[in-house]
Amino acid sequence: MSLWKKATAAAAGLALAAFAAAAAAEPLKIGFVYVGPTGDFGWTHEHDLARQAVEAHFGDKVETTYVENVAEGPDAERVIRQMAQSGHGLIFTTSFGFMNPTVKVAKQFPDVKFEHATGYQRADNVSTYSARFYEGRHVIGLIAGKMTKTNTVGYIASFPIPEVVRGINAAYLAAKSVNPAVKFRIVWVNTWFDPGKEADAANALIEQGADVIMQHTDSAAPITIAEEKGVLAFGQASDMTRFGPKSHLTAIIDNWSPYYIARTQAVLDGTWTSTDTWDGIAPGMVAFAPYNPVLPKEVVALAEYARFGIMLGKIHPFTGPINRQDGTPWLAAGETASDGDLLGMNFYVEGIEGTLPK
Amino acid sequence: MDLSALNPADLAFSLIVAATPLLFAALGELVVEKSGVLNLGVEGMMILGAIGGFATAHGSGSLALAALAGAAAGALLAALFALMTQYLMSNQVATGLALTLFGLGVAALAGQGYAGQTLQVSARLDIPGLTDVPVIGRLLFGHDPLVYLSLAATALVWWFLNRSRAGLILRAVGENHEAAHAIGYPVRLVRVSAILFGGAMAGLGGAYLAVVQTPLWVEGMTAGRGWIALAIVVFAAWRPWRALLGAYVFGGVTIIQLNLQALGVAIESQYLSMAPYLVTILVLVVISADRARARLDAPACLGKPFYASS
Repeated sequence: MSLWKKATAAAAGLALAAFAAAAAAEPLKIGFVYVGPTGDFGWTHEHDLARQAVEAHFGDKVETTYVENVAEGPDAERVIRQMAQSGHGLIFTTSFGFMNPTVKVAKQFPDVKFEHATGYQRADNVSTYSARFYEGRHVIGLIAGKMTKTNTVGYIASFPIPEVVRGINAAYLAAKSVNPAVKFRIVWVNTWFDPGKEADAANALIEQGADVIMQHTDSAAPITIAEEKGVLAFGQASDMTRFGPKSHLTAIIDNWSPYYIARTQAVLDGTWTSTDTWDGIAPGMVAFAPYNPVLPKEVVALAEYARFGIMLGKIHPFTGPINRQDGTPWLAAGETASDGDLLGMNFYVEGIEGTLPK
Repeated sequence: MDLSALNPADLAFSLIVAATPLLFAALGELVVEKSGVLNLGVEGMMILGAIGGFATAHGSGSLALAALAGAAAGALLAALFALMTQYLMSNQVATGLALTLFGLGVAALAGQGYAGQTLQVSARLDIPGLTDVPVIGRLLFGHDPLVYLSLAATALVWWFLNRSRAGLILRAVGENHEAAHAIGYPVRLVRVSAILFGGAMAGLGGAYLAVVQTPLWVEGMTAGRGWIALAIVVFAAWRPWRALLGAYVFGGVTIIQLNLQALGVAIESQYLSMAPYLVTILVLVVISADRARARLDAPACLGKPFYASS
């Protein structure tokens, strides 16, 4: 080895050592990719609250960055890759449509840990996590069934993916169990976030007799319309009471903070492994906004009974006998749905009118 | 399926509400394009009008002030466009696109404190006796004042372009700015005025969206309506009454597809969501089939920069 080569090797070694020392002192950089604006007061808002909780919990040990309004598609891949390249050790991608870009970028950055919300593709460095929102839909379905006077519940749905279909089925079955005459009118708006269109959909449903509105879209526009028209509604993902003090009955709240803190801790401890998490009411990932005082005591009692029943594992929102929409049997009496069935749910249950878009 | 559950009067009412922001923005852009300027920043001006209108309505509770503030916010952004394209001679297409991105960003920044607030602006007209007439009462007399303003604006823009001397000058500038300049018309002044008017109208449309249609502010709430307004101008072949038709067709198809879904019509919802855009494309194809005619419709100097020769 020539002198020159020795010198460079030594220099490189020194540089490497210095770099390692610096890396040890440096905080863990955590990136968050959001599909909507943090001010949506819905889905993205809750993820951002959890991000703030991570910062508050770990202080100097972490540094968080986020990119909001990232379109699902090529843009997402660019943003995720940019984050991986700029030294982030842990990256949360918080929308179903970020699945393929996340997996693709993860292959190129084996040392970076990825957490993808609501997806189903995992790798050694890609975990998935989601909440059992259908448990929450069961509870608000019971309330809707009790509160509707026209026996018509309006449902603003986004995209026909299992997550959304499951919510519709869970809410319908619960509503029907307390009100056999109940009907669901479902409008697919093919967007997660377009306040104008969501408001138009709410108006259309109210005009056709719905007096309780449920939504699986992210803006509070339907609540404001419900308030204006004097009908009832449920918030989505976040407490939306302020948009409809009289109409907002409760909301299913996505509480991501405990999970985000646990996963960050795992990376800091070096114990992070790829996992698949699907938590519900029991661990607190699915929570509820305070019940509106307009709800009669017995309705609140019914909702609370269901909430505790689910928490204790005594109640499963999908307990047979349940038939599919076409009348073919799905679950026998007493049988509960498997997670596999729930994750791939692509059919309406018996009693729901209309066709499910494909 | 029971089509009788559809109430045509309710349907028409929702249609008008959904169409009004588009109509405002399209009318403004129509005048701008008639003067020979292509401003692609409608979306940006609309969203700035939305936050301007929302913030004002939140502070004052007045629809009139909110509308004025929305128009002012839109015009302010348009002034920037006028400065860039008419005095600094920047490219209109690039500047317009930049204006959209800039407007979305500024509006998000300005709106930070307003996310999650609601409004209590009761703006609907209620004329005892008239509004209570069954079926047509609410449809004709039950709207908020801005709906009537949008209809009046359509008539005014038509009158201005086709019946007034100032409108003739504006069209002359849009058709041939060299000739207009040679005769002694102030090309730049006419265009700047048109751009400001277009900005004010887009801002008004945005304010309507944030104050009346969905009384709340969220980032990105215009969700592409500015682009639809641009399409409506072409759809309308630069004619105000056709812009009204275009806005109502677009609003109508949106509303009807949502209502059909709620009724349980067995059509894939994606087709229904596509319908408004398909209708627009179809009409565009039909009206531009006659090539000579299509060329006559568009202002000849549209998008071309004007360098004063002296």
